[in-house]
Amino acid sequence: MLSWVSEERAFIAAIVIILLLCCFTISIFIGVKQTAFREKDEVFGDPERTLGGWYWTITGVSSVLLLWFYFSWGIGRAFFPEAGNEMCQIAKLETAIAPITATLPINSRYFKSTVLTRRNSEQLEILLSGMPTSVFNKVEQAELIEIIENSKAIIGIFSNQKNQSTESVASLKKISSDLRTLSAELRLGFDDLLPTKDALVQPNWGTTYIEIPLLPITPKGVLFDSISDQASIITKTFLKTRNKSNAGDSLIESTKKKISLLKATNKSSVFDEDTLIRRKAYVKAVERIFKRLDDGTIFPPQALDGLNDAVTDLFLAIDETKGGLKLIDTLFVPGAGVIKSRTQCTEQGSGRWLPKPTDVIAQFLKLANPNIEAGGGYKGSTLFWWKWLPIADLIGFIIPDTLIDLLPGDYGRHSDTGSFQPNYKDNLLALAQGDVYLGSIPMLDGHIWDSVFRVLVALILGIGLGVPLGIYMGVSRFFKSFFDPIIELYRPVPPLAWAPLILTIFGINDDGKIFLLFMVAFAIMVISARTGASGTQLSKIRASHSLGASNHQILRYVILPNALPEILTGIRISIGVCWGTLVAAEMLAGTTGIGFIENVARVVSNYELIWVTILIMGLLGLAFDIMMRRIINKTIPWRGKG
Amino acid sequence: MSDLICKNLNMTFTNPQTGLKIEALKDINFSLKKGELLSVLGPSGCGKTTLLNMIAGFLNPTAGSMSLGGNLIEGPSVERGMVFQQGALFEWLTVSKNVDFGLRMKKTPKAEAKKLVDKWLNIVGLQGFGDTPTYQLSGGMQQRVALARCLVNDPDVILMDEPLGALDALTREKMQSLILELWKETGKTILIITHSVEEALLLGERLFVMAPRPGRIHKEYNLPFAEEGLTKSLREIKHDPRFGDVREEILSMIWDMEEEIMGGA
Repeated sequence: MLSWVSEERAFIAAIVIILLLCCFTISIFIGVKQTAFREKDEVFGDPERTLGGWYWTITGVSSVLLLWFYFSWGIGRAFFPEAGNEMCQIAKLETAIAPITATLPINSRYFKSTVLTRRNSEQLEILLSGMPTSVFNKVEQAELIEIIENSKAIIGIFSNQKNQSTESVASLKKISSDLRTLSAELRLGFDDLLPTKDALVQPNWGTTYIEIPLLPITPKGVLFDSISDQASIITKTFLKTRNKSNAGDSLIESTKKKISLLKATNKSSVFDEDTLIRRKAYVKAVERIFKRLDDGTIFPPQALDGLNDAVTDLFLAIDETKGGLKLIDTLFVPGAGVIKSRTQCTEQGSGRWLPKPTDVIAQFLKLANPNIEAGGGYKGSTLFWWKWLPIADLIGFIIPDTLIDLLPGDYGRHSDTGSFQPNYKDNLLALAQGDVYLGSIPMLDGHIWDSVFRVLVALILGIGLGVPLGIYMGVSRFFKSFFDPIIELYRPVPPLAWAPLILTIFGINDDGKIFLLFMVAFAIMVISARTGASGTQLSKIRASHSLGASNHQILRYVILPNALPEILTGIRISIGVCWGTLVAAEMLAGTTGIGFIENVARVVSNYELIWVTILIMGLLGLAFDIMMRRIINKTIPWRGKG
Repeated sequence: MSDLICKNLNMTFTNPQTGLKIEALKDINFSLKKGELLSVLGPSGCGKTTLLNMIAGFLNPTAGSMSLGGNLIEGPSVERGMVFQQGALFEWLTVSKNVDFGLRMKKTPKAEAKKLVDKWLNIVGLQGFGDTPTYQLSGGMQQRVALARCLVNDPDVILMDEPLGALDALTREKMQSLILELWKETGKTILIITHSVEEALLLGERLFVMAPRPGRIHKEYNLPFAEEGLTKSLREIKHDPRFGDVREEILSMIWDMEEEIMGGA
């Protein structure tokens, strides 16, 4: 069942898209009607309006989902599941002739020969004007100038039509006619072609780690595939075709000799270090350009005309044979299309970095599967599940080992017989280290829980220490003045600036991250509790005094409840800031948590995983906030009414 | 007897920046017998609230002394209950929890406390409102809660700082009757500060008119209207020609004081 859903995700997406379109249209219709109906009895700025209307929510959500489907090529894949495969075959052909195309002004403005000639001439000029005359003597300088002038002459020889070798002329002619044959074959069509059995059993588009299956599954694809095979043979011939010319041979030989003579002088003579470095560098630069000239990649200006026409015609033929695919490509595949790599075809542009909604859900379900052996979870940990936690681990986490060191007495020693009898201190140490089995308790487990756990612990510590301190700071001159500089100094520092220090001090385990988050929560809690406490009306305090309350009672029964709204708002803010900080902290180090998943996904460029983590973070953050809003409304209904 | 006695009270405020000294109160002498109802009237800035805060124990006089029933007043205490203009209720507590507050601070047994709370809620006319949050009450009802919260502690003196200042005219009249009733029933010494001349006349067995710069008692009246208010309706009393005469006299007195301040300034 699950694998069927996974395999047929394109079909499911199609249904969902149609439903979304219906929702979108119907809700707009209802919304417009409602607006027309309400126009009569509503005043602009009426607070009723801020309550919104469900229909606009549906319109918004469905339009966002539709845009997501569209730009992730979800719509294209849902309704044209074979388009990707066909585009892959065309990409194969384009990749096959890419080396030929690169020498022609097809995807660029100039012939490659033109570009090479211009660039080399320019660089030779620069070398000539920038010669370091101080490190070469007069004779050597003359030699170097001759080498550079010779290089220019060689460019001229290769660019001359008369000097082109008959072999290369014949070869280029053959390549052009072969390409024209391919165009003709493409135009013949694909009526009698059939995909192979192997091709038909390939997984569907995007259902495995191979994005688009490589083998052609449609007749059109088969045609492009076979043409691309032939094209790559032609390309090989082309790459072997070089513009060699006898006219330049003597010049090339003599220049080569001159260069090697200079190099020999560099080796044999004694120069000081600086001079030698500069001499070597200059000779090397001159030689580099010279070597570039004699490999036969510069053709005379008219030599590639025939080839250019043939390739242009081939592209025309591709376009003609594409047919309806061209429309699909333009309308439903926004972005840069499909490109072929060695083992698979991949989507480019928004199709690449924006995974389809269905794929994100599939990825999430894979992560959410608690069965790690069956490929669930991530990096050996579930996403959100439970496990048996040994109580000993918990105790070992809470009791520090050094506490046992402080107890009176010494740790045991081995006896004369070589045996070891642990004394009470040894036993307690074993307990503090979590080595004693005390049974297990069920415990939440997984990446999400690890992240939430860190935030919760930090928050509890921050509230537990921050609120009392904040309250005292709100009522006492001493506390206010003593702690204010410390807290105000560290509070504005972005939490992540502390991260490297804290990772060094605490290591990559939970305690470092919890401490980092605690620092964040603590400062916020202190400040909100202080604001709440110091904002208590004097008349309330005076009334409590008159009612016989002691200072301590006033603190507990008047100032604390009075500060409660600020404290709860502080908690709400802390949760948000902690959540943001945590994910960033987990990206720095660690082996579990949502931030860790995203970090790994980033390194391996798994965009689906990145989006899954982004969505999890967003949804959890939202859930926390809604929960806090509920709690605030429940616990302090008097807020703003006192 | 638990009389309230103030001897040579002086209060001087010093501005910490300029070092300027302001004599808020100068040589205040009076004594209040148990069960007396005193209202204090005066233009703003005459030190009436300062006087009340000093008797409540929130401020210490720069010179002079106060005593209640022979004991020197040195700080706030349950003996001197306080009712503020805005109630100063604890909005996170219900009505009965607010009234209960003083008893809880004393750790009174719960059953006993509940009885007392119910009794006082009945007296101030809030029966059935025990579980209502105070922020849902109207201004008048909030002041009733404040009265009950103060009375449940059984103080010797009740100090009221413009208790009806923030109420509308109708509620105000009802509350005035309530205060008179409470005065009669409990026999407590009550000291009311007000800026309404009518209210001062109605709620004052004795009435101090205070004058500013330095704050002092300008004139004292002994009035019959509070006693009469227990039997007659307040509106009737207001139409009494004697009431009108005294009101006019005090009003012109206060006007003169205000003019003096303006002229002096």
